[in-house]
Amino acid sequence: MDMNRREFFKFCGVGLGASSLAALGMTPEPAFADSIRHFKLTASKETRNTCPYCSVGCGLLMYSRGSGGKNAKQEIFHIEGDPDHPVNRGSLCPKGAGLIDFIRSPNRLHYPQVREPGSNEWKRVSWDEALDRIARLMKEDRDANFVEKNDAGQTVNRWLTTGFLAASAASSEAGYMTHKVVRSTGILGFDNQARV
Amino acid sequence: MAGLAPTFGRGAMTNHWNDIKNANLVLVMGGNAAEAHPVGFKWVTEAKAHNQAKLVVVDPRFTRTASVADLYAPIRTGSDIAFLGGLIHYLLDTDQIQHEYVRNYTDMPFIVKEGFSFADGLYNGYDADSRSYPDKSEWDYELDENGHARVDPTLSHPRCVYQLMKKHYSRYTPELVSQICGTPLKRMMQVWDTIAETAVPGKTMTILYALGWTQHSVGSQMIRAGAMLQLLLGNIGMPGGGVNALRGHSNIQGLTDLGLLSNLLPGYLTLPRDNEQDYNAYIAKRAPQALRPGQLSYWQNYGKFHVSLMKAWYGDAVSAENNWGYDWLPKLDVPMYDVLKVFDMMYEGKMNGYFCQGFNPIAAFPNKAKISAALSKLKYLVVMDPLTTETSEFWRQVDDYNDVDTASIQTTVFRLPTTCFAEENGSLVNSSRWLQWHWKGAEPPGEARPDVFIMGGLFHRLRAMYQQDGGAFPDPILNLDWSYERPDEPTPEEIAREFNGKALVDLKDPNTGEVLVKAGQQLSGFGQLRDDGSTASGCWLFCGSWTEDGNLMARRDNSDPYDMGQTLGWAWSWPANRRILYNRASADPSGQPWDDEHKRLVWWDGSKWTGTDVPDFAARSAPEDNMNPFIMNPEGVARFFARGNMAEGPFPEHYEPFETPIGRNPLHPNSAAVTSNPASRVFRNDMEVFGRADEFPHAATTYRLTEHFHYWTKHNRLNSIAQPQQFVELGEVMASELGIKAGDRVRVSSNRGFIEAVAVVTKRIRPLQVDGKTVHHVGIPLHWGFVEVAKNGYITNTLTPFVGDGNTNTPEYKSFLVNVEKV
Ligand code: SF4
Repeated sequence: MDMNRREFFKFCGVGLGASSLAALGMTPEPAFADSIRHFKLTASKETRNTCPYCSVGCGLLMYSRGSGGKNAKQEIFHIEGDPDHPVNRGSLCPKGAGLIDFIRSPNRLHYPQVREPGSNEWKRVSWDEALDRIARLMKEDRDANFVEKNDAGQTVNRWLTTGFLAASAASSEAGYMTHKVVRSTGILGFDNQARV
Repeated sequence: MAGLAPTFGRGAMTNHWNDIKNANLVLVMGGNAAEAHPVGFKWVTEAKAHNQAKLVVVDPRFTRTASVADLYAPIRTGSDIAFLGGLIHYLLDTDQIQHEYVRNYTDMPFIVKEGFSFADGLYNGYDADSRSYPDKSEWDYELDENGHARVDPTLSHPRCVYQLMKKHYSRYTPELVSQICGTPLKRMMQVWDTIAETAVPGKTMTILYALGWTQHSVGSQMIRAGAMLQLLLGNIGMPGGGVNALRGHSNIQGLTDLGLLSNLLPGYLTLPRDNEQDYNAYIAKRAPQALRPGQLSYWQNYGKFHVSLMKAWYGDAVSAENNWGYDWLPKLDVPMYDVLKVFDMMYEGKMNGYFCQGFNPIAAFPNKAKISAALSKLKYLVVMDPLTTETSEFWRQVDDYNDVDTASIQTTVFRLPTTCFAEENGSLVNSSRWLQWHWKGAEPPGEARPDVFIMGGLFHRLRAMYQQDGGAFPDPILNLDWSYERPDEPTPEEIAREFNGKALVDLKDPNTGEVLVKAGQQLSGFGQLRDDGSTASGCWLFCGSWTEDGNLMARRDNSDPYDMGQTLGWAWSWPANRRILYNRASADPSGQPWDDEHKRLVWWDGSKWTGTDVPDFAARSAPEDNMNPFIMNPEGVARFFARGNMAEGPFPEHYEPFETPIGRNPLHPNSAAVTSNPASRVFRNDMEVFGRADEFPHAATTYRLTEHFHYWTKHNRLNSIAQPQQFVELGEVMASELGIKAGDRVRVSSNRGFIEAVAVVTKRIRPLQVDGKTVHHVGIPLHWGFVEVAKNGYITNTLTPFVGDGNTNTPEYKSFLVNVEKV
């Protein structure tokens, strides 16, 4: 069909599932498409995503601008509910509907920073410096406090003086990787938001 | 969800969002879905509009969910077990239960050991010093000479579960329950009668609950009481039934499935305790034999899941010779190092480092003063987040909102910017257990990087240092398998394939020798896992999500051929793409749906199980084999009697919140030891800062608003415009007693601190008559802090008590005491 998806919905006037209309033989004729004002989303890229807030897991369509060229950055300018998603069927609550402001929040962090002991300010550092320093602190603490055997002489191999709280809005892939690394160090003080 | 696994075998939402439309009755209790899960709630609206369903809401506040309910009953916060226990008593007493279901699919006929007893609020074996039941061995079934549980199908044996349960709840009379809960008797009976109607086969009630059940010192037992109610009514495994845990965050389900909790490994495998030095005994303990003839007892495969996990993590470095790297796993000397325990250790100066990945503990954990003091004692704190969190700036002085002495805080704080959902590929697991893939739409701002980059970066540096310089027990770090294409930043696709799992050698059919899966191929399901090191799978529960057919989590076929809402081609649901857990129970013992017209889910077609959902069962086990639907439980049936699986005892008992407005437990008025949960852990110094009703007379509860999500959306302009300013909700009667008008500024204090906010005076909260006293509730939304684009506010958890549930240690945010004054 000549219309793209968005134009088709505009033509239909409502967000009915395209597939069910098509099944009823209601795919629009090409002639109709020509009579419609050029839709502003046509030049945009559509990417599917999931609302990161609550556990309903509403489907999202994110629209971004950018030439798609190698050095051109895509910028998301609009987010709406995915009409094909079986749970939300295109709708979003006030949180999901405001997601664009999360991406663009003035309080997004841009650079690694450190606050030194007693200081009242942040200092920008490079990723290498930040990760080097953190890794050294971890190793120092682990080497000093790792428990190979308990008082009864049993092998326990745990590290209790450093702990880790994992994110519950991170992807499962990030979570799996976090678990793999954290457990290999022997950390037991390890939880995620499911605890609270 | 520690109340569900001990009952049904798995700790997850049993049904799913779309399935709510199949319900005849929706009970929302311990949650406010219309406000907190608004889009999921539209399936309740769907059930009301198209299935003539009724909605019943039981809540201290007349919530947004209550405003569209057919029936609303107020209840005092923290008293839900009394309400549900009374209902269980009522159903048994009036014989309104699904007889055939409970007789066949639950432990009602099972006979319990003679040593089991309950008296004066305590089960046998209590140790007051440790506030626990160290020996639970009598909380179990009597076994016969074959190791099978003894049963009495007539349910008349005095020690069968049915009789014990009947006796236990006989104390929960309607009058006493009304006295404890403050629910007016007539309204309560109306609710109970409405619920009882779903005891007939083919009529279902679904329960939707959330943190209003979880966040109590008896939260797990509240959930269990709800689960027992649903079993009595035959509503588990049914379309439109179930106990539906509405998770708070988008991927809490996934992170829990992947075991990111102190005592877990991926797929609900558990870490060993100190005394489990022998590998084979460790596995055997977790792989129980069937407790009744012919039952599947699926955890018998535990060893296959465990070995496949260790192969995914450690590759060639683990084998049968080193017990698959058993000693590389840390062992626990306590049940868990949960966040309350860890922050208590930090407060005591026993921790040096802490990482917060997308988590804001100073806002999210109870008793902010204690959390702040604890963080101040750390040597280093690492915060990874897309946003500026209060935790990362806990050292910054911000008026009364965060009154600290910056110069004296010696903690080094690193803040690492991460990507948000829109800037990465990956999957999230929603409450329905659906693994849904998402795609990157833009680059992150500045130098923000994904969490995987940070974890990979730290791991590499650690490994390099241990290689060069040695150090404490480097083996698990040096041997961790890291064969990713780009070692500094493995891709989400590689990782997803790893947790699904693959064959490490050609997998052959043991009988025919035929090659089933070639070496290197992705596995298609956890049934293919082996314990001889020939398979690797990072999370057995997710095995089947990325097969040789590709990424099933990215599937987008939303067709629903049976109009039952199962959409089996949309994304991928664990386990094995089953959408409704325990769905074998939707058919009667002969294998036919209890209701062939409206509740068709799975059935026996003469040679196999089939249906509108993927059967959660052995596909070829004929009804006459008598295998039962709860395949994760070794008894094959669901449990009213939790055996040793709950900290407080096998049947839920009402205990008061640690801060109780009535000061006594009306079930045991003369025994102070059982006023509140006798099996909850309380730390030194925390017992002393519990408030009492003479100083802090009002029952407070915290909650969420629909316009905000925790402490994130206050960084967003739109949400902050919708709800810019912190407020507390007071009932009209209470407000007029205290001379407070709508819009006045009030100070709400607990024994741990205070907050100030605008008073919203409302009809939504009414005074309740509880145990001869008038109890007022105060509602406290939780979304403000001292870093935001909205107006600064006080951290609500300044007020909340540092005590948790007896099983999970989830803090008691939903029930504590405050005083309210006009400022
Ligand atoms: S849009 Fe609203 S209901 Fe849907 S997932 Fe996001 S927060 Fe939840």
